Amino acid sequence: MSRFAWLERRAEGLLVRPGGVFLDPVRPVPLAVVSHGHADHARPGHREVIATPETCAILEARYGADAFGRLRPLPTGETIELGEVRLRLEPAGHVLGSAQIVIEHEGTRVVWSGDYKRRPDPTCAPFTPVPCDLFVTEATFGLPVFRHPPVEQELEKLLRARAANPDRAIVVGAYGLGKTQRLIALLRAAGYDRPLYLHGALLPLCALYEEHGVRLGPLLPATAGERGRVRRELAGEIVLAPPSALADRWIRRLPDPLPALASGWMRVKQRAKQRGVELPLVISDHADWDELLLSCGEVGAEEVWITHGREEALVHALGLRGIRARPLALAGYEEETG
Amino acid sequence: MQAFAELLERLLHCPQRTGKLTLLRDYLYRTPDPDRGWALAALVGTLDFPHAKPGLVRALLAERTDPVLFAWSYDYVGDLAETAALLWPEPAARRPPPRLSEVVDRLASTPKTKLPAFLADLLDRLDATGRWALLKLVTGGLRVGVSAGLVREALAGLGGVDPARVEELWHAQAPPYDALFAWLEGRGPEPAGGAELAFRPFMLAHPLEELDLAAIAAAPEDWAVEWKWDGIRVQLAAVPAGVRLYSRGGEEIGASFPELVETARMHGLHAVLDGELVVLREAAIGSFNDLQQRLNRKEPSARMLATYPVGLLVYDLLAEGSEDLRPLPFTARRARLEALVTSLSCSRLRLSPLLTPAPPDALDRLRREPPHPAVEGLVLKRRSSPYLAGRVKGHWWKWKRDPFTADLVLLYAQRGHGKRSSFYSDYTFGAWREGSEGTELVPVAKAYSGYTDEELTRLDRWIREHTIERYGPVRAVEPALVFEIGFEGIQRSSRHKSGIALRFPRVLEVRWDKPAIEADRLETLEALLAPSDAARSPGSGGIGRPLAQPA
Repeated sequence: MSRFAWLERRAEGLLVRPGGVFLDPVRPVPLAVVSHGHADHARPGHREVIATPETCAILEARYGADAFGRLRPLPTGETIELGEVRLRLEPAGHVLGSAQIVIEHEGTRVVWSGDYKRRPDPTCAPFTPVPCDLFVTEATFGLPVFRHPPVEQELEKLLRARAANPDRAIVVGAYGLGKTQRLIALLRAAGYDRPLYLHGALLPLCALYEEHGVRLGPLLPATAGERGRVRRELAGEIVLAPPSALADRWIRRLPDPLPALASGWMRVKQRAKQRGVELPLVISDHADWDELLLSCGEVGAEEVWITHGREEALVHALGLRGIRARPLALAGYEEETG
Repeated sequence: MQAFAELLERLLHCPQRTGKLTLLRDYLYRTPDPDRGWALAALVGTLDFPHAKPGLVRALLAERTDPVLFAWSYDYVGDLAETAALLWPEPAARRPPPRLSEVVDRLASTPKTKLPAFLADLLDRLDATGRWALLKLVTGGLRVGVSAGLVREALAGLGGVDPARVEELWHAQAPPYDALFAWLEGRGPEPAGGAELAFRPFMLAHPLEELDLAAIAAAPEDWAVEWKWDGIRVQLAAVPAGVRLYSRGGEEIGASFPELVETARMHGLHAVLDGELVVLREAAIGSFNDLQQRLNRKEPSARMLATYPVGLLVYDLLAEGSEDLRPLPFTARRARLEALVTSLSCSRLRLSPLLTPAPPDALDRLRREPPHPAVEGLVLKRRSSPYLAGRVKGHWWKWKRDPFTADLVLLYAQRGHGKRSSFYSDYTFGAWREGSEGTELVPVAKAYSGYTDEELTRLDRWIREHTIERYGPVRAVEPALVFEIGFEGIQRSSRHKSGIALRFPRVLEVRWDKPAIEADRLETLEALLAPSDAARSPGSGGIGRPLAQPA
């Protein structure tokens, strides 16, 4: 009998049986703990949700106040008891409010990491390694070809492209929660103080970040004004949009758009080429290969479970390091958009 | 090397020709000799390192990385050079990167046994993009969407000279092209043209339009009329010491057509000929479908050579001996050509006949009903014109037979690239047939040109409103919109579900008015297939005996 038999895989997601609570469930459940606000981890319809106060705010902004029976904010570092388990949240460094879920039961500690990264991010608290017996990780970039370059180098590429193309709008595809705000904060930190132009879908979450003390500087709607007219005045400006908008009719309102995409997938040139991206920016909010291996080792877990992504290579590499690993094959979790 | 790597990466991601040209020009402007010359050689594919091959890269990877992780990674990335570049372990501290010229010199000169160590050392000195570029060089084929023509245009831009001049000189120069750069930058004299074996830019014909016809009708005797052959245009340059065969783009393609090179050598040809390369069996001229068997084969097998032998239908003489004939009028060149070809008396080099001058309506009939599958219309040449580089208006006209047409139904649409990336601009069309479950549409052609920007906007809207299913980037639409598709020919194809493939399909008209049920049937298209024997039997089409008598 495994030490972790009290964790049960169900169609809804992973159930912590002695606590009666699901972790990031993909279907409505009575009680859920949600690691962060991305749609594949935070679905609407749960009767009660435990999450960090920031994540609660994000859930409310995205789904409305009625989408959940009750949102129960739990600040990181505070422990609560649920049935026979003790539960607390610790920062995961993925996006604003993102947390690892730490669960203790009968002397065994399990960490559900949600999504995480180890690079500095001015918009959220950094990942804290929590020593544990079982570490549950994702493996979106679970192949050794994925090594994210220093973010400064990618930012430099963006600024150079802008300088070299004064007649074109530089349109950066970026996921709306996390990537967008991180990109903006990084640009500001690099001294870029011109207004940034945003697709309408990105504005509400930026406002929410501002309310939580993340300074984003001047942001303007990219395609406000007369419908159907090309906004010539945005030539030479940086515009941010959800990745799907790069190939959408929306982009026709920008002058000679130069499509860029900020995503860990951009590491593979052919993949960028297939998507028609002219300026690939390798910027990700997920752990790259080295960070996955580092984290799995650092927490000292005897066993690692992998929720989704390229599990095979990670299982193999952890095996070589003496860590028993197995894929959980949980359905419903998407890979990084873009 | 780092600058070269960056150039390659940016070229790869840049969809527009003008953008690529700017990237190339900037690179040439900023990069010192001899690195930029080697970069050009790499781009046009003239670099070859006999010992540096993909196997070497695999072996190195096996040494440095875990084979299981390599296998998963290769499976995901799908490209050896890129997989290896990304997988290569980063050294703790990186030494300065090598120069491109150092890489090229040593890849060429390092003995086979020492090559793995040298390559590993280079990889340790480069970042991921640098490693990718290096491994692309080693594994061959950069595939960044740059043609030799584009490279020469960028060079011409560097020196502010006519691209045609660069084209002429280019083939006589060897990498890293020091003399060429010196001339372009005003530091040296114009390099010797490699003279007799050099590529001469082709004289090209303009499509004939209604208005031009009036000028021809006014003085038909001023115009020479020839068949427009459906082969590939080539230039055969021969001196006693060597033979070169150039394609329209100025690529040397002699290796693909050894029988032609051998013929020129055997006859001691000392001339530059312009003509059409076709399959030529004794008296019979093969169709383009025949010729296709020989295209894109670097070294044709003996069987290929026997089954699809090629020859040249010659129609111009650019040089004879060391005399440049291009300034002479057409009539004078033609007379010299006829004398030369007659004296050679060689079955592989045949004169393309001159047709009898005729009034426009007679010519119109000829071009509409070409007598042979290998003829796709007429070419009209002004008798007084010299041989000019490029497409200069008013001298040569091409008057093609009308394209074949079919009314086909739009089945799938896909987004385009570059400026069209938000438009559904690439289409798949189907024709009706009786399938096992009744009447169905089977895909027969793809097209992504022939409509105006306004039409594209309307089509894009229609497609979005009539999508019935999505497969990744592709949308299946209601089979309700008919297009008139023009194409140049049709051939059997085992690779297509319909069993046929159309040549150069493009949109002629969007038939917003036509019900889909009235679109064409597959049998109608199949009826256009030339019976394979008819295209090959000698004389049956009468090409050996032109319909109009030679002048």
